Amino acid sequence: MLVEAKSGHTGGPLSCTDFATTLYFNVLNHDPKNPKHPDRDYVVYSIGHVTPVNYSLLAECGYFPLRDLMTFRKLGTHLQGHPSYLDTPGVEASTGSLGQGLSISLGIALGLRMDGKPNRVYCIMGDAEHQEGATWEAVMAAANFKVDNLCAVLDLNNAQIDGRMEEIMNIHPIADKYRAFRWNVIEIDGHDVLQILDAYRRAMSTKGSPTVIIAHTKMGRGVSFMEGDYKWHGNPPSPEQGEKALSELGTTYGIWSKRLRES
Amino acid sequence: MIVKEGTAVEKKRTREGFGKALAELGRDHPNVVVLTADVKGSVNVNYFADEFPSRFFNCGVAEQNMCDVAAGLSLAGKIAFIATYGCFASTRCLDMIRTTVCYANLNVKIVGSHGGLLTGPDGASHQALEELGLMRVLPNMKVMIPCDFWEAKRATRAAAATPGPCYLRLSRESIPVLTSEDSPFTLGKGVVMRQGGDVALVACGVMVSEALSAAEMLAKDGIDARVINIHTVKPIDSELLIKAAADCGAIVTAEEHQVHCGLGSAVAEVLVRSLPVPMEFIGVNDSFGMSGEGYELLTKYGLRDTNIASAAKKVIERKRR
Repeated sequence: MLVEAKSGHTGGPLSCTDFATTLYFNVLNHDPKNPKHPDRDYVVYSIGHVTPVNYSLLAECGYFPLRDLMTFRKLGTHLQGHPSYLDTPGVEASTGSLGQGLSISLGIALGLRMDGKPNRVYCIMGDAEHQEGATWEAVMAAANFKVDNLCAVLDLNNAQIDGRMEEIMNIHPIADKYRAFRWNVIEIDGHDVLQILDAYRRAMSTKGSPTVIIAHTKMGRGVSFMEGDYKWHGNPPSPEQGEKALSELGTTYGIWSKRLRES
Repeated sequence: MIVKEGTAVEKKRTREGFGKALAELGRDHPNVVVLTADVKGSVNVNYFADEFPSRFFNCGVAEQNMCDVAAGLSLAGKIAFIATYGCFASTRCLDMIRTTVCYANLNVKIVGSHGGLLTGPDGASHQALEELGLMRVLPNMKVMIPCDFWEAKRATRAAAATPGPCYLRLSRESIPVLTSEDSPFTLGKGVVMRQGGDVALVACGVMVSEALSAAEMLAKDGIDARVINIHTVKPIDSELLIKAAADCGAIVTAEEHQVHCGLGSAVAEVLVRSLPVPMEFIGVNDSFGMSGEGYELLTKYGLRDTNIASAAKKVIERKRR
């Protein structure tokens, strides 16, 4: 879809893929045929730019046909460059301006708690958006309001547009900072599915405080020429690079095209 | 619609009207929630907070988070009011209001108290003079500025009853009571407060009382001024404004706000496309406020009845040329 769109973010979606896929297929209580189901869990992408993984997962789950992915970022599409609440089934909030998703997630969590509902809220966050002051307002408030139905997942891929996060504006020691704010902190290898599953389970059983799963990941995970390279933050692959990337990920453009046509 | 001209003796605070109406809304609507940023008493959400503590969230001095928490609460099915000073509610939260609230057309009601020069001694940092413009430029946003205590109550109820985002501007200072408890109110519909055919004085907020007083002054000089209360700056009542332009042929707008981008601009945008007539603009002219008592500042910045009356005579002269 990124080759087709000729623009968009490649590296971040790949660093999120393992924990996000696990979330949708193994953890979430949701009904793709009824996106507004009152008993659903919510997923808010505070890093709006990872729409390629967000939309791919929604399509794979059945919120809309796979072939829609080829309209990503094009005029008239319901798949906007960054998530739009009013346009896309399964998108729970309009984001794209960094540092806002955790506050939105906190509001949803408070609303659900007020109504005595068991639904949970997951917030997908990035490392560099911890450079936004508003993120810390939300970190403080979520602990203050003791929302244990809120689980943030931090994609710690150490890459942002201008370079390595640690070199641009270092957010570390990030785990200690969350602990100081009285969050439940779980650190994992963000590409180890067993660790990911275990982290989600531990978050669910935590009472009286929000949980952050700090997922140590690699930008461009799974594609040799992208892995760990911040230059892949905001660029799409060329058709040749796309074909090579797909083959490294165990598929081909041909297989994809067939699936899309049949969807 | 014609409302009987008020005798402006009693003065009350619009923020008090909002606070009372909010508590009433709380009783009727269990899904109304209220958030503030460490100014519970100043913005009069204390009535609601005392009665419905489980539906009230004090977010501390962190307005941006408060705005997005309200957005989240609305996504969970609540009608969320956030209340703080207008300068913080608008400028500090602008990105949150634009991208999270307005883009998704969320049911968040932004209440900016301490609007305008009447905020007084706190000075320029606390005197919101830009928020009507900042808010009316945002898609999906509605913008209201009640002229008195009773209208503030009605505007609060209208905000809750109207889906989507809404901005409500209130004053710190007591201002004249011009309407009564049972005066009619429709969001987006202006109110003719006084009939007249020589010039139309189009005002909002506290400036409605100044415009009524200006009309009395003008009457002594044989000038018959119509006074229109535009309590909803967006969507604006185009029909009423075009009729005023047709009947009077001259308009003076009056607002406690920057003349660029506020009520006057909104009125001009309507008239230049339909029926351009000579206009004068009363408001703050591209400057910040300063410390002083509220009404001292209105005088200092040329926002009094005498200024409106002078502008009316000037615009009538232009009409005759």
